[in-house]
Amino acid sequence: MLRLVISRLVSLAITLLAVSLAIFLILEVLPGDPAAIMLGTAAREDTLAALRQELGLDQPALVRYLQWIGGILHGDLGQSITYKMPVATLVAERMNVTLPLSLLAILISTALALPLGVAAAARRDGAVDRAVLVFSQLGVAVPNFWIGLLFILFFSTWLGWFPAGGFPGWSTGIGPAFQALLLPAVALALPQAAVLTRVTRSATLEVIGADFVRTARAKGVDKGGTLRRHVVPNALIPVTTILGLQLSFFFGGAILVENVFNLPGLGRLAYQALNQRDLVVIKDIVLIFSGLVIVVNFIVDIGYAILDPRLRGRS
Amino acid sequence: MSKRSRLPLNSALLVGGILTTLLIVTALVSLVWTPEVPTRVRVALRLKGPGEVGILGTDHFGRDVASLLMVGAWNSLAIAWPAVLLGAAIGTAIGCAAAAWKGIADEIAMRVSDVVFAFPAVLSAIMIGALVGSGPLAAILAIAVFNVPVFARVTRGVALQVWTLDYIAAARAIGKHPLRITWEDVMPNIAGALIVQVTIQLALAILTEAGLSYLGLGVRPPNPSWGRMLSDAQTYLSQAPHLAIAPGIAIALSVLGLNLLGDGLRDALDPTLRGRGATA
Repeated sequence: MLRLVISRLVSLAITLLAVSLAIFLILEVLPGDPAAIMLGTAAREDTLAALRQELGLDQPALVRYLQWIGGILHGDLGQSITYKMPVATLVAERMNVTLPLSLLAILISTALALPLGVAAAARRDGAVDRAVLVFSQLGVAVPNFWIGLLFILFFSTWLGWFPAGGFPGWSTGIGPAFQALLLPAVALALPQAAVLTRVTRSATLEVIGADFVRTARAKGVDKGGTLRRHVVPNALIPVTTILGLQLSFFFGGAILVENVFNLPGLGRLAYQALNQRDLVVIKDIVLIFSGLVIVVNFIVDIGYAILDPRLRGRS
Repeated sequence: MSKRSRLPLNSALLVGGILTTLLIVTALVSLVWTPEVPTRVRVALRLKGPGEVGILGTDHFGRDVASLLMVGAWNSLAIAWPAVLLGAAIGTAIGCAAAAWKGIADEIAMRVSDVVFAFPAVLSAIMIGALVGSGPLAAILAIAVFNVPVFARVTRGVALQVWTLDYIAAARAIGKHPLRITWEDVMPNIAGALIVQVTIQLALAILTEAGLSYLGLGVRPPNPSWGRMLSDAQTYLSQAPHLAIAPGIAIALSVLGLNLLGDGLRDALDPTLRGRGATA
């Protein structure tokens, strides 16, 4: 187990290093002069020179890369050119929206997908199974930002139950903040719940057909008991992996859904930074999002090994 | 074999085929005919409901929604197709190389896939948009980048199985070069799996393209796109809710059609998978 953790940790470190290098190359080296991109072609030479100095562009790329990584390791993400404040402060503020939004969406998605997938597999080809398959096909096809728009139309414009967008902040209390995040979280969760339902259904069906399940049934364990004690725990293993892989879609979706609901999250910040050509902010946010995806998948990998003892011997 | 398919056999293929044909035909017809000129601004006819002016009404510029939808189908495919094909070409080459040479080549290919997998397509589009400017090119590149690791993994998985077969061992024994084996013996055997994957990735590409155009990172106005139509509709949600319906249905039906077509093709090509449904 220790060997597996160490080998995965090394792999994690190399992947994070490669991702940070790729981001740095794309946003700092390939553009030639990042200052010209940020200020546009109409910028005056002295303004450009000042920004180049502020960004440290007079130094070699390798030095700048090391300074960037060194800064991140010390919690310094640099200074935003448009917001005139430390990126770390900006990110911390926006994380207060994106993190609860993503976690709520993952929670809703899992809470929907697990029972639906297991129920569908338990009675294969029955009415529930067919309904679940229709839900999963439609859910995958419908864009999350359109679900968001329809939610605003029904629940905000017509019924007036929820705010049409914006975020009151956590200082106003959990109630209003939760109310502002609920519709976006459901919009973000539904398409991923559809995918997860299909995975849960397939994984459950696979385990239901396994020999040990037949043995349990032959020994007189009732159907519900077999499902609870033998089938579901084993089916959860592939489901956990897919949940880890889905994180990238949750973050990608958050960028869209935050824009639909006008939520001041990290995704909206990335989008605004692109419009303002604030490369410092874009660079940091891309690294944070991709870094989170990699780290969570690392945790899932280790969790997978804990759940499935057969994997512990392998590295 | 017992009857286990979730839809009667091939109905996925049939429904998916019909919806996908509709999408392609609509896109092609839009090149030569639309009910109205899609970019014609008619201020006097703005925000009219379905049936009042045209079958789907008009938008905030008085443009005909049905015509905009038709051209949107073409623009959606014009980004999704090249993006998926580019990603498939590069990914398949990487996957084939990984399967043929294994060892360190395989390890490098899969680790690079891991790195690329970490970037959601919208995030790649933002990064590429910062580099080359947002627009159709950035959208195509971002979706292509997202597809590379998908095809690399799928190709590697199926190609590795083919490489264990006896006739490949025979081909190697007579000294055939791995590149020739890949081209002449492996590719024909994995083509089916790749076609299925292309279909499914096309569905995902249409969804992503719509998301990117919604954010203004895809097709540029006044060229119509489904995502941009939804973004415009949001501004007039209380005055003209119908504007938020048609483009969403168009996206959903296109994606549903391609997904069903992919599932149907998979079932038709590999009888052992019948009834299981895609796993991701």
